[in-house]
Amino acid sequence: MRPAHPTADDRTALATILAKYRDGRGIAIPLLADIQRQFGYLPPWAVDEAARALDLPAAELFGVATFYSMFRLKPLGKHVIRLCRGTACHVGGSLRIAEELQRRLGVAEGDTTEDGLFTLQFVACLGCCSLAPVMMVDGDVHGRLSPDKAVQVLEGYRARKGEA
Amino acid sequence: MAQETVFRVGLASCGIASGSAPVFERLNSLLAGIPGARLQRAGCVGLCFHEPLVEVERDGARYLYGEVSPEVAERIVAFHLRGEGRVEDHLVASTVQDAPENGMLARQVRIVLRNCGQIDPERIEDYLDRGGYTALRKALGMKPEEVIAEVERSGLRGRGGAGFPTGLKWKFTRAAPGDEKYVVCNADEGDPGAFMDRSVLEGDPHSVLEGMAIAAWAVGAGEGVIYCRAEYPLAVRRLQIAIAQAREAGYLGKDILGTGFSFDVHVKEGAGAFVCGEETALLASIEGRRGMPRPRPPFPAQKGLWGKPTVINNVETFANVPWILIHGAEAFAQHGIGRSRGTKVFALAGKVRKGGLVEVPMGMPLRELILGIGGGVGEGRTLKAVQMGGPSGGCIPEPLLDTPVDYESITATGAIMGSGGMVVLDDTSCMVDVARFFLHFTQGESCGKCPFCRIGTKRMLEILERITRGEGEMEDLDRLAELAVQVKDGSLCGLGQTAPNPVLTTLRYFRDEYEAHIRDKRCPAKVCSALVHYRIDPETCIGCTLCARTCPVGAISGERRKTHVIDDGKCVRCGQCAPVCPVKAISVESP
Ligand SMILES: Cc1cc2nc3c(=O)[nH]c(=O)nc-3n(C[C@H](O)[C@H](O)[C@H](O)COP(=O)(O)O)c2cc1C
Repeated sequence: MRPAHPTADDRTALATILAKYRDGRGIAIPLLADIQRQFGYLPPWAVDEAARALDLPAAELFGVATFYSMFRLKPLGKHVIRLCRGTACHVGGSLRIAEELQRRLGVAEGDTTEDGLFTLQFVACLGCCSLAPVMMVDGDVHGRLSPDKAVQVLEGYRARKGEA
Repeated sequence: MAQETVFRVGLASCGIASGSAPVFERLNSLLAGIPGARLQRAGCVGLCFHEPLVEVERDGARYLYGEVSPEVAERIVAFHLRGEGRVEDHLVASTVQDAPENGMLARQVRIVLRNCGQIDPERIEDYLDRGGYTALRKALGMKPEEVIAEVERSGLRGRGGAGFPTGLKWKFTRAAPGDEKYVVCNADEGDPGAFMDRSVLEGDPHSVLEGMAIAAWAVGAGEGVIYCRAEYPLAVRRLQIAIAQAREAGYLGKDILGTGFSFDVHVKEGAGAFVCGEETALLASIEGRRGMPRPRPPFPAQKGLWGKPTVINNVETFANVPWILIHGAEAFAQHGIGRSRGTKVFALAGKVRKGGLVEVPMGMPLRELILGIGGGVGEGRTLKAVQMGGPSGGCIPEPLLDTPVDYESITATGAIMGSGGMVVLDDTSCMVDVARFFLHFTQGESCGKCPFCRIGTKRMLEILERITRGEGEMEDLDRLAELAVQVKDGSLCGLGQTAPNPVLTTLRYFRDEYEAHIRDKRCPAKVCSALVHYRIDPETCIGCTLCARTCPVGAISGERRKTHVIDDGKCVRCGQCAPVCPVKAISVESP
């Protein structure tokens, strides 16, 4: 995980991003997306710095950052679990899976495990309704889950960490 | 080209999730260097429940195989190229022989999905081979007013939910003063349970671009934006490929087809907010602001993106347009009933056997769609209702399933046509829980601008949560109905205006379920965890200890070969014990 205090490299990386956004219109979302791509999340110092450099109120950038679910002000774990909470998954029992994952990982929705391995997110719909219930771990979709099958999938990722 | 055999692999998100990528790889190595064999990447044909899918085409005859693993792919190649062995056990549909899903496909009419699953979405040549961009060429030879008149005569209405006549919207935008105008494609597809637009974008992105270019010519716009949700990375990538190819081939960009008309498109990724599907919020989001809706009028046709006249249409709406230009308004209007013409694509999911993407003529009765095409509910289950229109829609009960799918008839039931999400519910679905689910969603997605939407949905959700916990009172039902009206009346945009629909329709058709939760503290579908108990039948239990070892919270105790018991206080109702019991001794009860 990255430290909260920016290094000189961090500052240079941010300056490179900001240089692309001088006096463009409608830049808040792509700008924040770029910053998040660079640091894995939106470090508050970077958002403040961006607001200063582009002469925008910081409240405007933070307002956008907290409006959209894509943006996060905290770093993510190594693996991101996106459990689908769409309608088809819900009637297929995804609430039970949500409860089981929270229990097993010991975290609430949106949080990261203490070892930094998993971040648990609930998302509105992954659009893979015919495989319900589904979850996405990093880029991979796992379908037709039950609570214990979901746990097994995560065990697979945990084991891979052991190998690495 | 004599006797070429084409192998197509469904590589949309759902196919990839089911494992079609390794199938594609295996076919790629098997077919490499074999003359007369061609491997093609394709989008979704809609039979999602049979994924991974491989289609073989030879001399116009087609064979579609389902549940294909790399090993099955080898058998398919052996059979079709060398006549060795058989693969009939995996055949799901065919144009030349009997197959289980032929009937499912025969009931559909494919206008929007005309190319999905048939072409490689990453190759413009494939699109051109199927008549792609001839509609644009034709449109550019017509006067803009003639194009608009054609779309008006077809009866096409917006497929994004509200059903506004598309031709009329174009006419308003054309008439609005100003030289700078925009065409915006709404690809936000936020309704949970809907994946029609994703499938079109992943399977046939050029059809959307062509529709947008025709709209641009019709209204006099020079720039287009596709607002696509970030949860659809594959759709975004394929759109970008398609845009680059269309520019290269001269269908987008400056001086299109030498006519002097210029129009270019770029993709803007959403950032995850349901309300951004609402048109004015969407425009705010493109402009880089918080996606908060604003009052209309002025409508986007007058004051849209950057304050300029703007046409906003849904993905499916645009995908219809080239077909209408080529085949004519009459051919389109020939499908459908009343004021609903053409077809509608639905994402069929939930408690239905054959979930997937279906396209049917407007006017088909829901029953035919769910039973005839979807194959009904699972063995031993009873169909209870169908949810249409997602969080803005409602639940249509089984006795009303003869309702035809057209805008007005669906609205009369209290649901809405919506964008095409169709979730089937059976006797294991609790209607109070479904209402609570949607309220939880809309309450979380309310942008917070209107107090009735922000606070009213919260109060409604609290009441519903109370009821599902068995702590409700009969007066709560009146409170819900009253709040519903206030939230509807006191909200600026469609989110709040429709958020109460799931509650109102379930109250109207399934009041008995609400009453069972309140009066008898009982959940008839045995879903609401506070109202169910797991129990081990002492007569049946053989003391195998499997359930005790499965229980994640140690709520089950008992010695080996002795009857086990569940500690109801400790039990978290996760439901994991019942399926592992070899003698089915564990039951769920609601008093
Ligand atoms: C809360 C809310 C969410 C919406 N989400 C979408 C959406 O995801 N996709 C869409 O095409 N239209 C959506 N709409 C409808 C749009 O506001 C607009 O009516 C539509 O894009 C117009 O295109 P059409 O006439 O082709 O349907 C939504 C409306 C509301 C109120």
